[in-house]
Amino acid sequence: MMDYKIVDGVRYTQKHEWVRPEGETAKVGLSDYAQDKLGEIVFVELPEVGVEVEAGKSSAVIESVKAVADLYAPIDGKVVEVNEELLDQPELINSDPYGEGWVYKVEIRDGNQLEILMDKKAYEVFVAEEEEE
Amino acid sequence: MRKPKALLFEMSRSGRLGYSLPDCDVPEKPLAELIPEKHQRSEPLDLPELSEGEIIRHFTELSTRNFGVDTGFYPLGSCTMKYNPKVNEETAALSGFSLLHPCQPEETVQGALELLYKMEQELKELTGMDRFTLQPAAGAHGELTGLMVIQAYHHHRGDSKRNRVLIPLSAHGTNPATVSMAGYEVVQVPCDERGLVDLEALKEAVDENTSALMLTNPSTLGLFEEDIVAIARTVHEAGGLLYYDGANMNAIMGYIRPGDMGFDVVHLNLHKTMSTPHGGGGPGSGPVGVKERLIPFLPVPLVDNKNDQFFFNYDLPESIGKMHSFYGNFGVVVKAYTYLRMMGAEGLKQASGDAVLNANYLMNLLKKNYWLPYDRICKHEFVLSAKPEKKKGAGAGDIAKALLDRGFHPPTVYFPLIVEDALMIEPTETETKETLDAFAEVMTEIAKDIDEDAEKVAHGPYNTVVGRLDEVQAARNPVLRWEKK
Amino acid sequence: MGGKHYLPLTDEDRKEMLAAIGARSMEDLFSDIPSEMRVKGKLALSPALSESEALKHLSELAAKNRHTDSCVSFMGAGIYDHFIPSVVKHVIGRSEFCTSYTPYQPEVSQGILQAIFEYQTMICQLTGMDVANASMYDGGTAVTEGAIMGCGATRRSKVLVSRSVSPFYRAIMANYYDSRGLALEEIPLKDGCTDLEELAEMVDGETASVVVQQPNFFGLIEETEGLADLIHDQKAVLVVCADPISLPLLQPPSEYGADIVVGEGQCLGVPSSFGGPALGIIAARQKFVRQMPGRIAGETVDSEGNRGYVLTLQTREQHIRREKAASNICSNQALVALAASVYMATLGRQGMREVAEQCIQKAAYAREKISALKGYEEVFPGRCFKEFAVKVPGKPANLNCALLEKNILGGVDLEPFYPELKQTMLFTVTEKRTAEEINTLVRELEGWK
Repeated sequence: MMDYKIVDGVRYTQKHEWVRPEGETAKVGLSDYAQDKLGEIVFVELPEVGVEVEAGKSSAVIESVKAVADLYAPIDGKVVEVNEELLDQPELINSDPYGEGWVYKVEIRDGNQLEILMDKKAYEVFVAEEEEE
Repeated sequence: MRKPKALLFEMSRSGRLGYSLPDCDVPEKPLAELIPEKHQRSEPLDLPELSEGEIIRHFTELSTRNFGVDTGFYPLGSCTMKYNPKVNEETAALSGFSLLHPCQPEETVQGALELLYKMEQELKELTGMDRFTLQPAAGAHGELTGLMVIQAYHHHRGDSKRNRVLIPLSAHGTNPATVSMAGYEVVQVPCDERGLVDLEALKEAVDENTSALMLTNPSTLGLFEEDIVAIARTVHEAGGLLYYDGANMNAIMGYIRPGDMGFDVVHLNLHKTMSTPHGGGGPGSGPVGVKERLIPFLPVPLVDNKNDQFFFNYDLPESIGKMHSFYGNFGVVVKAYTYLRMMGAEGLKQASGDAVLNANYLMNLLKKNYWLPYDRICKHEFVLSAKPEKKKGAGAGDIAKALLDRGFHPPTVYFPLIVEDALMIEPTETETKETLDAFAEVMTEIAKDIDEDAEKVAHGPYNTVVGRLDEVQAARNPVLRWEKK
Repeated sequence: MGGKHYLPLTDEDRKEMLAAIGARSMEDLFSDIPSEMRVKGKLALSPALSESEALKHLSELAAKNRHTDSCVSFMGAGIYDHFIPSVVKHVIGRSEFCTSYTPYQPEVSQGILQAIFEYQTMICQLTGMDVANASMYDGGTAVTEGAIMGCGATRRSKVLVSRSVSPFYRAIMANYYDSRGLALEEIPLKDGCTDLEELAEMVDGETASVVVQQPNFFGLIEETEGLADLIHDQKAVLVVCADPISLPLLQPPSEYGADIVVGEGQCLGVPSSFGGPALGIIAARQKFVRQMPGRIAGETVDSEGNRGYVLTLQTREQHIRREKAASNICSNQALVALAASVYMATLGRQGMREVAEQCIQKAAYAREKISALKGYEEVFPGRCFKEFAVKVPGKPANLNCALLEKNILGGVDLEPFYPELKQTMLFTVTEKRTAEEINTLVRELEGWK
């Protein structure tokens, strides 16, 4: 069961996004568990650089053949960079969700928003519970 | 069994002709005089060039690579793949119907108007509604028409805050898509453990912003919403209207009418219930019927009769307007009318009775080997879950491919969404007991195959002209047209 | 009872099957339906007919209609009387196509999927666009949804439509957009064509789509020079509604900057059938593919590397995206698209061009002759393709009545759609009309009192 990759150094949301603070900015992506549930990803609709995203609101769209998932912004902020590699290789989210499969980079506005998200341990428990269902 | 097939374009040879037109018999002018050069195509159009015989062979071969109701059993749930009577094709092809121009003077199309008028009378009686428009070209088009009519009704009463439409979780995806298209918000209503609309949740969800509830009854699970009286009361008391999605009308003809259940608006799918062929995806027809108070809002024109003359009535000042350039898929309506006239009241009731009997009989056979999450009397269809098989390594989609290898069209898979790995099976009334027995036997074999070698089942089909197709590649790198190399 | 032969269960079967289920009677199977609502007795439908009686009844109804085989038709306005080669009817009559559903199981639906793929290709060739869908209900719904694609792509909500776009189509747009909360404004005419100066004034940063028709509703060739720039300068989308029969001859819309091309495909081998089933065409540049409504077939490979076709990019559609779908459309007019494919392949590269040339030659001939008649006037000065507007000396309805006596189906009265065009009719001349038929029309018009 629990063979999903859950890494350290990132924070997780209940909708299975991750966010990795890197100084003033943070990278955002989809967890290994989420990419597995979606299946083979065929298309990613990236946000535009410069737009403001709001925690809990849809900020990107990830599509597999038969499913569409919103990527909800884990934290507020302005998008400063998007992973354009995903336009040609959306499968990077499948193969390397925490690395080359990152989706966009956002300016951190409120560090406290990170604190309330789950760490590795909490997310492990959360995923285990979801799996139970 | 694998068999490659060339495209038209790959068969093309320069200079080959597939047609003969008469010579132009009016004095011709130089083209440049008729049409300025800058408006002319500079590069000749690169359409294929084939002889007539090659064209016939090409499309005949393509037809052999296709499975229709005439090929075999097609228990595609929610699609009502019943036999498509051949006489329907004959009548629709009569020159007096197929060669009418929509702008012809009314006195030259009295037969067509009479047919539309008569069709409306039949549908009114069948459904218990007060008037119909035959303009919508498909079920989804009917849904949109119906919601627009409802919207116009509320607005006309000065009740413009109703911005929400309720939809049960079991609904087809078209319902929420239609709701958005009509500018409404969707509110999902959960189902209870019986698979029916959760009445308590519905009561919670209904309020002064509710415009309508869209309901398919029987539902996509093939179950009759037993609480329909209470459901209707709940919605009506809050000032909302009740919309009947007629996708599953084939279960109840002659037994109960949507109008008597309390529905205010109904759409029918003539291509399902009324036996017109699906044509590989269309054309369909989705007439919409309404109760008296909604008639003023129907699309124009309606067909009426005055002094024994039929005419298009555009005099509906509150009408929503037009949904189709002309009068909808008239050719499909001719087919459906032919069917209705051949069946009559007893025939339609027998059709629904047999559809329900066939479904219950097949459900009873299949539940011996497959999991039936909602084990109660079904209507015209039922839903199995292949969750147990999936755990063994071959799910609903794989079972579908195994059926292809054995000459059957599979049921609808992965729908409705509330059943995991769903197999939605609708046998229809036009199938024999022998066919149902044979299908059940094959399903039993497949269950056995999964026990023995799920891996093999998961890689089928093996006996089709192509193997399992890679949908991921098709979506990642879309190739949507042929291009010259 | 008439349709008994569609129902194979015998009384014996029913008895056995009920026993197998453990039900005593058919009523048991309906015990979940509240009895107080049930139909009491028999519905009052018309009595059932046998097949021969049904054929007779329907033939009698059909015989009450005049039609384009019993009359010589000069009626168009979106639905046309072009010649249909015999092969078309034979191919679409193949029941493997006709009686199949939407190709959800691609391995047993390669026939219709490949046919749709070929259709998409030919529509792209005609329009110069990159992608086409598997079809919409008709020209009007295609125009309506084509302009909505522009709204999706620009995230704006105002559509401008030229008054020279078919009034039948504009009526649908008005209705759809009203309920969806999109704004619709009409661009005025100048000499029967889109007034580009007015357009330049109207198009702004809130405009999503601008819709023009080529040739337009009056049959006129619209000015295309500078058109796209006006629209693209405001980052809006140019939607062109084109007559596919004209495209082998006319500049493809891609060349004058169209982003989306829509149209009515009935002219491609489909009987007029009182206006439906027709064929809604939508094609677009690649970048709009995700806003495209409806089914799209795509090429792929199977597990062994064989070429095959599937429905693709389905996440745009209602069954997956539900309330966020590009459109609610589920069906398409696949069988009609197939007819169009067979038509285009049969006429082919040369035939399609010839049809277009004969249309333009014959229409020009008729136009010249009619406008030379006393009492008849050309209404618009521009070049036309296969139809033209004429002012007639009297009520169009009366004229049509007189023509019908000579088995001629006359033109469409324009006044109901354009109040300023009094006593004006739109005459259509396709390649099917002969010089003799045109001469007869001219003679009858001349002699009409």
